[in-house]
Amino acid sequence: MSATLSAHLPALQVVLPLIAAPFCVILRKSAAAWFIALVFSWVSLGISIMLLEQVLTHGPISYLLGSWPAPWGIEYKVDKLSAFIMLIVTSIGSITMIFAPKSVNLEIPKDRVYLFYTMYLLTFAGLLGITITGDAFNLFVFLEISSLSSYVLISLGSERNALTAALRYLILGTVGATFYIIGVGLMYQMTGTLNIADLAERLPEVAETRTILVALGFVTVGIGLKLGLFPLHVWLPNAYAYAPSVVTAFLAATATKVAVYMLLRVYFTIFGTDIFAALPIDEFLLVLGLIAIVTMSGVAIYQNNAKRLLAYSSVAQVGYMVIGISMVTATGLTATILHLFNHAMIKGALFLALAAVFYRIKSVKIDDMAGLGKEMPYTMAAFVVGGFSLVGVPLTVGFISKWYLILGALEKGWWPVAALILFSSLLAVIYFWKVIEVAYFKPRPESADTVSDVPLSMLIPLWVLVGANIFFGTNSNLTVSTAMGAAKALIGGAP
Amino acid sequence: MMDLSVEIPGLFNYWIVIILMMAGFYIVISHGNLVKKIVGLNVFQVSVFTLYISMSKIDGGAAPILDETIKSYSNPLPHVLILTAIVVGVATTALGLALIVRIRDAYGTIEEDDIIELERTDT
Repeated sequence: MSATLSAHLPALQVVLPLIAAPFCVILRKSAAAWFIALVFSWVSLGISIMLLEQVLTHGPISYLLGSWPAPWGIEYKVDKLSAFIMLIVTSIGSITMIFAPKSVNLEIPKDRVYLFYTMYLLTFAGLLGITITGDAFNLFVFLEISSLSSYVLISLGSERNALTAALRYLILGTVGATFYIIGVGLMYQMTGTLNIADLAERLPEVAETRTILVALGFVTVGIGLKLGLFPLHVWLPNAYAYAPSVVTAFLAATATKVAVYMLLRVYFTIFGTDIFAALPIDEFLLVLGLIAIVTMSGVAIYQNNAKRLLAYSSVAQVGYMVIGISMVTATGLTATILHLFNHAMIKGALFLALAAVFYRIKSVKIDDMAGLGKEMPYTMAAFVVGGFSLVGVPLTVGFISKWYLILGALEKGWWPVAALILFSSLLAVIYFWKVIEVAYFKPRPESADTVSDVPLSMLIPLWVLVGANIFFGTNSNLTVSTAMGAAKALIGGAP
Repeated sequence: MMDLSVEIPGLFNYWIVIILMMAGFYIVISHGNLVKKIVGLNVFQVSVFTLYISMSKIDGGAAPILDETIKSYSNPLPHVLILTAIVVGVATTALGLALIVRIRDAYGTIEEDDIIELERTDT
């Protein structure tokens, strides 16, 4: 690859999917639109890998859009953390796109399928933009690009509840994004800059003022709404339960991860760890995280819709990530960043398995899944391995992230926190067992049609994700060292 | 109280911002009619636009035109940012209203209480 092209990789990462989206609309053929989405997802994955390699060997990359110098123009910044998050988003996108066509053709009316791929590409571009940008206001624009298109994706669900779920998400998501710009506005008022690196430099001078503390509050609540942080999660279960299966898999594995990334950026790059002395937001997050992992895992036990069960479990998993942040130590942040990657693979695999189940039996109600263990052995086996990983059984990725999280808690001397993390893992065993029990130990009702396993075009991407769960669970060197490097860069101050 | 009466004229814009923000937010939370919720959301967003525009305005400050007779300028950057935010707001409103049209087709109502009742009978 020529040197000029590789210098423009950060811009291409966002621009390519953004340009590809309108082509899907122009072509209007679902197969063509799928092909565009597939190709551009894989190209983005390639770019992510190249960027991560560049960052690991040469250090952070700074890219000036239009060559305008940094504090005035918009800067794209790739460091270990953002390269890692981009790798998560693009690899999940690439894998779901291979899986998508059969499932999408079944769940979305034929004349709207091309719009699904358009919106997917826009969401994809928005999420990558959030991750790569080094400008606080530009981040808001990308946040809205990804949010608006994900509302549309959710509303494509086949039941009418999908519409109300999308509208509810739209209202809360817009409130969240608006809170975020209020916070950015207040920071701009005090510092006169929007560039994240520049903000990080100028904020300490005015960090103790009420304006900045209010800004911190607004930004926290705003991102918390996007994140599905415990009391702000009300939009999430319905949105995940009624969205088309592929959309749920993609959003559950990427959108909340990118929101966690925003939280990390704002807290550790912009504000720095000293801010926690002025406003004890870390303790606040710890309490919310603990409530989330216990109550949401508890609520998940009582769900009859498997997608909704996993949605509540996602809120609980966000709790783990927030607990990692609240430790404000290198180990805690390592656990959070690791869990970002690991949870994306766990939930990606689980939701794709459910998409496969829906493809065959047109339902994801747990009662309807009786006897599927025999009829769809490969799909259900994938679901079981994904579940083990969710619970945190050794040799799976879930174990690695929980290990670091508990390590971080013990480092701080937080015994009760470590105990609660273990307790909520036990709750995960219970809600997960509910599905296994029905699928493997109950006979298929006589009235139900016999079903066979899903085609290979769905099984292969599903098992690639499941395989990644085991591979990175047994060879955790790459992920742990990258996460640790990113965590140390965050704790040490500006990247 | 004396202090406040002196400060209010100078901070007039900011008081309006807070009133609009709270009014908009209250409408979003309290109203059952979905269209009214979207309107409330709009009022809420507009309050933030006003916040940005007010903070960059200087008394007697001119538009950013290079001219020797002009001594002080208003900061144009927040104004430009808000142009972007207005576009985002329009897109959000359009999408919200489009969803409401679809909801009316599917449920025959745009009152949240009725919709929740219908959803309960669905499942």
